[in-house]
Amino acid sequence: MNAKPLIIWLVLCFAGPAVNAQGFAGLGTTAAEGFAQPSPDLPLVFPRDHGAHPDFRIEWWYLTANLTDAEGRRYGVQWTLFRSALAPGEAEGWQSPQIWMGHAAVTSARQHFTAERLARGGIGQAGVSIAPSFQAWIDDWDMAGDAGIGQLDITAAGTEFSYALRARTQEPLILHGAAGYSVKSTEGQASYYYAQPNYQVAGTLTLPSGLVEVTGMGWLDREWSSQPLSQDQNGWDWFSLRFDSGEKLMGFVLRRADGGADFRSGTWITANGTAQPLPPGAFQAEPLTQSTVAGRQLPTRWQVTLPQRDVSVTVEALNPQSWMDLSFPYWEGPVEVSGSHSGSGYLEMTGYE
Amino acid sequence: MIRAALHTLLSYWPRHRFQLFALIAGLALATALWSAVQAINGQARQSYAQAQVFLQQLDGTSLVSPGGSLHLSDYVTLKRQGWKLTPVLEGHYRNAGQSIDLIGIDILTSPQAARLFPAESRGGDPDFLRAMLREPGGIVLHPETEKLLPAVLKEMQIFRSEAVPLGLAVADISVVSRLLKRPDDLSRLILLGDTPPDVMPSDSQPAGSGADMRPPDTRALASLPAHIKLAPGGTARMNPGTLTESFHLNLTAFGFLSFIVGLFIVQGTIGLAMEQRRGLLRTLRSLGLPFAQMILILVIETTLIAVASAFIGLILGCFLAASLLPGVTATLSGLYGAEVSGALSLQPAWILSGLAMTLAGASLASAHAFYTLWKLPILQAPSTQARGQRLLQSYTAWAVAGIALSLGGVLALTLVEGLIGGFMFLGGVMLGAALLLPYVLWSVLGIAQAWARAPLMQWLWADARAQLPGLSLALMALMLALATNIGVGTMVSSFRLTFVDWLDQRLAADLYVTTLDDAQGTEVQAWLRQQGLTVLPIRSKKVQHSTGQIQIYGLRDDKIYRDHWPVISAGPDIWDLLAQGRGVLVSEQLARRAGLQIGAHIDLPTGWPSEILGIYADYGNPHGQAMVSLPQLLKNAPDVDNLRFALRLDPGQLKQVINILQERFEIPRENITQSDVAKARSMAVFDQTFLITDALKLLTLAVASFAIFTSLATLWNQRLPQLAPVWAMGVRRRSLAQIDILRSLLMAGLTAVLALPLGLLLSWALLVVINTAAFGWRLPVYLFPMDWLALVVLALLAAGLAALLPAWRLFRISPNELLKVFSSER
Repeated sequence: MNAKPLIIWLVLCFAGPAVNAQGFAGLGTTAAEGFAQPSPDLPLVFPRDHGAHPDFRIEWWYLTANLTDAEGRRYGVQWTLFRSALAPGEAEGWQSPQIWMGHAAVTSARQHFTAERLARGGIGQAGVSIAPSFQAWIDDWDMAGDAGIGQLDITAAGTEFSYALRARTQEPLILHGAAGYSVKSTEGQASYYYAQPNYQVAGTLTLPSGLVEVTGMGWLDREWSSQPLSQDQNGWDWFSLRFDSGEKLMGFVLRRADGGADFRSGTWITANGTAQPLPPGAFQAEPLTQSTVAGRQLPTRWQVTLPQRDVSVTVEALNPQSWMDLSFPYWEGPVEVSGSHSGSGYLEMTGYE
Repeated sequence: MIRAALHTLLSYWPRHRFQLFALIAGLALATALWSAVQAINGQARQSYAQAQVFLQQLDGTSLVSPGGSLHLSDYVTLKRQGWKLTPVLEGHYRNAGQSIDLIGIDILTSPQAARLFPAESRGGDPDFLRAMLREPGGIVLHPETEKLLPAVLKEMQIFRSEAVPLGLAVADISVVSRLLKRPDDLSRLILLGDTPPDVMPSDSQPAGSGADMRPPDTRALASLPAHIKLAPGGTARMNPGTLTESFHLNLTAFGFLSFIVGLFIVQGTIGLAMEQRRGLLRTLRSLGLPFAQMILILVIETTLIAVASAFIGLILGCFLAASLLPGVTATLSGLYGAEVSGALSLQPAWILSGLAMTLAGASLASAHAFYTLWKLPILQAPSTQARGQRLLQSYTAWAVAGIALSLGGVLALTLVEGLIGGFMFLGGVMLGAALLLPYVLWSVLGIAQAWARAPLMQWLWADARAQLPGLSLALMALMLALATNIGVGTMVSSFRLTFVDWLDQRLAADLYVTTLDDAQGTEVQAWLRQQGLTVLPIRSKKVQHSTGQIQIYGLRDDKIYRDHWPVISAGPDIWDLLAQGRGVLVSEQLARRAGLQIGAHIDLPTGWPSEILGIYADYGNPHGQAMVSLPQLLKNAPDVDNLRFALRLDPGQLKQVINILQERFEIPRENITQSDVAKARSMAVFDQTFLITDALKLLTLAVASFAIFTSLATLWNQRLPQLAPVWAMGVRRRSLAQIDILRSLLMAGLTAVLALPLGLLLSWALLVVINTAAFGWRLPVYLFPMDWLALVVLALLAAGLAALLPAWRLFRISPNELLKVFSSER
């Protein structure tokens, strides 16, 4: 699970440590106040569901890419648009209850650049439109393409970096959980969750050292909900791994604050693009090495196993210092995979004090 | 030895309690006046500083639309281009007769947001943010502003923060746009960190590193739409500093003057105590006390007395400040639009400054006595005449210094611009005149003595001259106090007279009405016209000018304006030319600020007329103002509000029209103003200003007459040897006492006469030089001879009262005492 939703709610907290008594960024608070709730009986419809769902409390459009330049140097790129609703629905102008936040990052083995944008809904400063074509934007950052999101052009810029990427794919979308209905706790918290993990990406990074032409693979996650975490869950570790065999693994651990059993789940994606939900507990991730990041200890090397698929790999951060030091800080960065399978991917960790 | 010596010297005071009282009272009064003024100024400056910190960011480099508001779409377009901006929407919210200034910020992106968090939750409070953003919304204001808040706004979540300037409320822009009913308007867009758009690598020319770390470059500025301009910081709002500075300077000058007058008392008393203890000191020296130790002991003594006086003075000052502060607050907000907290907070700075001033003042006042002690042979007995000869020399030296100081002041006026030059002139001339006074009095008394024929009269003049050394400091104080009174009194009265005239002219119509919205405004005006009444719309548009925002009013061509408008200077046929849309009238402040003259052109946005036809008075308004014809206003700003209008009515119609407006159109009574009520209200605000100066005027005069009193009391013992021979020659004690009072009146009268031209000079400087520099308008000088007469009488009364006690003692003195003078001489 792409844990960012919480972050959004954090927008409304401006606070330091992401975990509080009510779960990360208030995400564990009871769903109510008229927000819509995910239901397994309402199937996803595209391209409609590429757009925003203002009746749900939280939502994001989350693209990560593992890229390589001509000399074989590795890079990670993140482009994220979060939506958080103060109240369900949309209204004109400043009266809109929707708040938007953009995060962008470029990571190399040695450097990690981040940027953030905040915007109000209703006035056109940020949003997502699906007709006549797809466009997600905040300020001057864009992710735009065709209605089926098979072709996306992505731009973002911060004080020290900018990038412009093209993402292309013919592959079908992956629906997580039960046709996109993804359960997040044993008590039944759930979200709508689908992905497009198969983008061929090419473009230019502008870094302080100059322009870098890059190519690689991108992974788009889409998720929305009104209460994805249980009250006693306080953070998560989320993996999106792309193996050289063509198979992919999305797995997450929702950690419990009270020492009880963590909630683990994920999806196995076959080389031909078929999604197979993993049974609860099948996905295993154990920390191997801790690093000191932004004054706290974080696991930046993991042992990930999925016995039923004979997966036993070491997942290691390309740059352990991939700290997103923004309004709501968290760790997000590219990882390298070795062991029974090799490949690359992205790791996100939240809720570490 | 030191202990014994200290004890001996201190034992003098219990036997001379009045001297001790005069000493402590003089120092304490001086300290009280000084520290009260400091406390008031400190309080006001603290309020400004808090407001300044808050407003600085809101006043940063911004994008504005010189023709009016920006549209919401402008903001979004610029944000989409990569400009780092945060929007501000400002406006005045009115409801049911109450009103408040609202500032709307984007609480998510404004750097101000962090300042608004309630103090107890600094660093973030989700409840606060949710309350600010969700209906009904939250507002943040200074605790003292809450009483101004229109009742309907009290339903919102109210947060109190001392970081918010007084008199306004801050809320999220969603709340403010809703309250002001301006969903698509923005007042300005503040540049965050002066950054231009990021240049995207998708552009044909990829940007280098640090794309958005540069200041706005010409390329980025050139890409702005034509109606949006870059405005440097500080132009969006009038800085209260420049406006209020002269007010504080005035107060400080008063405080300082009172302090100086207080020091005259102290110097006189210390001098006397030294004089009278000369025998004691001589004995101590003879017993082997070294001179240095003796001085040390005297310094310790002075310090002890000064510290005790300082504390009494500080306490008195505190009370004085607390009682004056409400008036100051009312003045600053009513006349200058600057809000000052009405609660006095004790600041260590002013306690320390009060203490330091007292100590410095006491040492200054005793320096002369110590110097005399050091200079005069210790064995020499007091001799009035001998010292008088020496004093004549020093009078001449003083007079030379006084003339030099006055000339320096005049020079400063011609060389130094603005307020500083004006105050240097005042300082130089006032001090110079004070220094000249003893010489002038000495000469005048000398001439009178030469003219006198009767022996008693000759003695009277000679004796007055002999007394001059002891009285000159007190008389200098009296002259300064009188001159200040005349100067400030003339200024206040001229100001008031002008203001009344001007109010009569500006509020020439009988009724002023504000409707609830444009539609109602149009409807009401149409109906009133049908009734055959003259409706004068009051419609205006804010326009950006190089001197800041100015308000342009559209004037309907009407006899009332032609007859009454307070035009100061005008070209020919201004009303015809104005009606034809051929030009513009500007307020005096705007004309001075922008250096405009009749026939010149003002740089308004294209479309507006620009030729200056005339200049009119607009007292009390810190902002620039201009007038065009109503058709010109509507041509250039068709969407301007149509809420306010004035009516000319016969006295009999007034009540009836008010009733109709209230009942038929449901206009709240608060929105209907009778001009006579408005005038009365304006005058009340205005008079508040001068309550403070009046209080200080009286206090200064009181201190000065106390100085005369202590000087006369001090002279008492020295005078007996001169009075005894006159008495012995047959002049009765009653006559002697009468002569004493007469002489005191004579001196005070002479001083008052000399103070008159000085006071007039002072009022000229205040009205013509300082007022123009501080406010941008010049006031005509009106003379009030009756006031001066009253003042002279007051001075005579003060001097007479001061002389009464010594005269009474003389009248009641036993012949035995007078005879003793002769026996003591043996």
